[in-house]
Amino acid sequence: MSEEKLLETPLAAEHVRLGAKMVPFAGWNMPVQYTEGILAEHHHTRQSVSLFDICHMGEFRLKGPGSAEKLDHALARSVADQPCGVCRYNFLLNEQGGVIDDLIVYRIGETEFFIVVNAARRGIDFDTLKERLGAGLELRDESDATAKLDLQGPKSAEMLARLGLPAETLPKYYHFMPVKLLGLDMLLSRTGYTGELGFELYFDAAEAVRVWRELLNDPEVKPAGLGARDTLRLEMGYPLYGHELNEETTPVEGGFGAMLKLDNSARDFVGGAALRQCQPAKKLIGLKLDGRRAARAGMTVLADGKAVGTVTSGAFAPSLNCAVAMAMVTSEAAEKTAFTIDLQRAEVTASRHDFPFYTEGTARKK
Amino acid sequence: MAKYYSQTHEWAEIDGDEAVVGVSAYAAKELGDITYVELPKMRSDVIVGDSVGVVESVKAASDVYSPLSGTVNEINKNLEDDPGLVSNSPEEKGWMYRLENIDPDELEDLMSEEDYAKYLKTL
Repeated sequence: MSEEKLLETPLAAEHVRLGAKMVPFAGWNMPVQYTEGILAEHHHTRQSVSLFDICHMGEFRLKGPGSAEKLDHALARSVADQPCGVCRYNFLLNEQGGVIDDLIVYRIGETEFFIVVNAARRGIDFDTLKERLGAGLELRDESDATAKLDLQGPKSAEMLARLGLPAETLPKYYHFMPVKLLGLDMLLSRTGYTGELGFELYFDAAEAVRVWRELLNDPEVKPAGLGARDTLRLEMGYPLYGHELNEETTPVEGGFGAMLKLDNSARDFVGGAALRQCQPAKKLIGLKLDGRRAARAGMTVLADGKAVGTVTSGAFAPSLNCAVAMAMVTSEAAEKTAFTIDLQRAEVTASRHDFPFYTEGTARKK
Repeated sequence: MAKYYSQTHEWAEIDGDEAVVGVSAYAAKELGDITYVELPKMRSDVIVGDSVGVVESVKAASDVYSPLSGTVNEINKNLEDDPGLVSNSPEEKGWMYRLENIDPDELEDLMSEEDYAKYLKTL
């Protein structure tokens, strides 16, 4: 193991005070769970509202004339036609079409963007964007000065109403707005990684402890760690960078081909030519396992007795009461329905399942 | 009935020439919520130190090493549908299996409750 010191969010001491179990994640010392445990935190998020410390993720701000056109060329999905006030899930690709990172672009104004990236990819993302955007635009890494807290769960809107933001004033799914909350200017988006109605809050990192404590004062809100965040996203079939997506995997292979509108050949972006030329060799699929025993990342997936791919993520799915997995398999095998997974000391049968595994999520609720 | 512990955090409660086996409260707490338990097969002969089962939590899987040799004459079937018993009651309702024909000499390699408590303080 590297002896490198783990980074800490402004809330590290709060987590310890709440009895969290801390683990290394993407170079950060993060809470994997609090005292009630992952299952309780998972169910609380599906039923009520949970608060997640996501301060480790990176945030960039891009400003300047022509920034929309430059960013449009640098990313896989179009930015030029993205309206102000809208968030868009997007990909930073290499020339081969492999995913350097998956990220969310917020269009603040005609020539201003806020870009939210994975913690482990912050450095490479910044350098790559800087190079692609060229001189003349202002690209700033605001990660250290920015706190990010996620409020997730069906009761998150009513909880915000108790803090003075009535439901009818809140943004729609994948929209955002500036708000005043707890006396502080924040950016609030209706986004998340759980499949539930939820919001992500961005604000001055110096206020992180006060905001964290005040949000936890609400009777419905409980803290949830990265363990529950992982089972919640897995039940939705959302990819986790480094597992489902990496530089050797294209977004088409990851199941996002339709989003890219590759038949619109008028749009040119880095990685686009490679994606238009290649037939995807592999495909991400969902697998529902027979039983509670989980498959884990790296385990071999077989069809008709032959190895056809690898598990990218797997765990017991608390809301489904069985184990589920995501797996990258050959394009040919992706059409099959029956698989087995080699768990090393045993084999388990599994059937292909469309994403999401969990279909009762409230994320898109009107 | 005397209770013994292994360095790998299994317990064995001795009842004549039989023993009931499970994982310790310490191990259960370290693992977190347990979502699946694999038990040894009925009537299988196990040898001390053998990996005879698995406990899985949301995040990880851990082997269960038999603290004693013997023949499995009962398994806790409740764990199949309710593996959380190991989390909530690791040293009572979450027991895993019962052995017969145990070898009393093997107890010398296990720790008493008191010694196990001291051992935990060194971890």
